This record gives sequence, structure tokens and C-alpha cells, in this order.
Amino acid sequence: MNPTDIIDRDSLRDDIPEFRPGDTVKVHVRVVEGTRQRVQVFQGAVIRRQGTGARETFTVRKVSFGVGVERTFPVHSPVIARTEVVSLGNVRRAKLYYLRDLHGKAAKIKERRTARP
Amino acid sequence: MATKAIVGEKVGMTQIWDDQHRAIPVTVVRVAPVRIVQIKAAGTEGYAALQVTWGFRRSSTLTKPERGHYDKAGVDPGRRLVELRIDDVGAYQVGQELTADLLQAGELVDAIAVSKGKGFAGGMKRHNFKGLGASHGTHKKHRAPGSIGACATPSRVFKGTRMAGRMGGQQVTTLNLEIVRADPERELVLVKGAVPGPRGGMVVLRDAVKAPLLKGGKTQ
Repeated sequence: MNPTDIIDRDSLRDDIPEFRPGDTVKVHVRVVEGTRQRVQVFQGAVIRRQGTGARETFTVRKVSFGVGVERTFPVHSPVIARTEVVSLGNVRRAKLYYLRDLHGKAAKIKERRTARP
Repeated sequence: MATKAIVGEKVGMTQIWDDQHRAIPVTVVRVAPVRIVQIKAAGTEGYAALQVTWGFRRSSTLTKPERGHYDKAGVDPGRRLVELRIDDVGAYQVGQELTADLLQAGELVDAIAVSKGKGFAGGMKRHNFKGLGASHGTHKKHRAPGSIGACATPSRVFKGTRMAGRMGGQQVTTLNLEIVRADPERELVLVKGAVPGPRGGMVVLRDAVKAPLLKGGKTQ
């Protein structure tokens, strides 16, 4: 336990689903335009989770109109309205940077099968 | 000079979210209630200051003069004695306790602490020298300071020429840090940005002496 956890505890969220690199997530981001606020969805594969506690972040990569787009979010950021896990991925690495060099079918992540409950 | 000051212990750095969802880097300072042991006034000691202590210490670990000093004030002995230089000590009394509610969110403060010791450091680290080239034939001199003076005239090195040497471990004052939150209940103060010194080090927080002027010539 870090001595600063006493402060971090207040800013941690408890509504974050479990997800790991390789999983596909939908991140609902609060966007403020002038005075209006709306929610934008950013869907893609999680290619990295980094850090611990209140400082933990994750990076989502998607290919938009043929261009790779990556966004890094703090896990506990209040900017995120909701995080949804769309599918689980079966990967052998914690950081999926190799996806940046792949495209098309090669960049597809195998789905992780879980035992039936 | 400052109008108020308090002493605390650096806990560490973290980040919190502000109302616009931005991450604010903060240093957590534990400000335990401090007890005034002696009041120094311009008339008697030549300058105005509060001598304070905080925390607790077994009185058997004190020397007799120290014990007498605490007994005279009628204050429980603390970790150590610290002087807080302030303008006006008239409103304070010996034995009075100061807590974190001395500071309010949004206020600007200066943080005074002893910086982390860096040991014997070279010119690049100590004085931000650029060093020599990485290539073009530079041989074993990549982090050297370069020339330290001329030749036969003056045939000496001028005093004060910046060179390698001991770095850190000195008192450093960081000016105009914003108080993000003061929490007297948990004895914590959150200061925006970095505060000098290691975790567990002693930090003096005083209200900013060089606060930038706002419109209309007002401070804060």
C-alpha cells in the first residue's frame, strides 16, 4: 500500500468491468461541446494497461477509415461515462504493439473461450 | 514576509480529478496539529517567528535544557523544534495549536524543504551544461563541462566558476503553489505540483510572499 492511497481511494471508481489487453471494449466518453455535453463511443481493442491505482491507464486501438487511431484513457477518469466489454481476446502478450504493423485479417484477435459456468 | 505558516511532512505525489475532469498533479502533505512552544518577537529576539513542534516524543529522550524549554511553555515535547518566520505574532499564544484549516483551497503558498541529495554531480546535471558532442570524434568527453577559462591571462580559474560538485541537500523554496484541498480532519493538505525533498521530509508551507498580482493590483 502506498502512503498516498488515502487520497487515491476517493478518486477510484468501482463500476469498471474486468478487462485485459486483447479484449474489445466500448468506451463511452463524455464530450463537452461549448455548453452541451454528449457521449461519444470509442470502440476498439485494448492494447495496453499500464500503471496502478488512480494513475492506471489503458489504450484502445481501432482502425477508422483505414487509419489506426489509439486513445489512452485513465481507468478511473470521470470523463468515461461507462466502459463496456464487447468481446474477450486470446493473446499471449501484455502489450499488443505488434498490431500496429498488421492490418486486415492478420490484425484480428482470436476470441478467448471461457469454460461454461 | 509571510502572514501565516505551518509545518508538515511530505507523504508523496498522486493525482486527483478536478470539476472539469482534468487530472491535477498533487503533493500530499501531512499537517499534524503544531503546538507553539515559543513566540519570538522583534522587540526581544530581533525578529518575529513562531517556534513550533508537532508529533510526540518521549520526554526521556530529551536533554535537560530541552525538557526545561518545553516545561516552560507547558507543551508536550514533539519531533523537533521549527521556527516559522511570520510578520505579526501578536495573534498567537504559547501552547496554541495550529491545524491544516489554517490553509484554504485556492490559496497560494510557498513550500520550503531540503531537497534530495544528489551526491557529487557533474556539470550537466548540476548546472544544465550541454556537454560535448555525442559524435564527430568526441572521445571520452561526452559529459565534460568544456572550457573553464582563458589561458595565461588570467592564468587562474575565476571564483564561482560553475563546476561539478555536491548537489542537492539544500533548502529549496518553491513559490506560488496552489492549495487544492485542505483536510484538517485527516490532517492532510494537497498542494498542486511538486514540493522539494524526499517522502517523509519536513515541509514548511507559508502563504505566498511573491504572489502574482491580479487585475487591479490585488493579490488573490
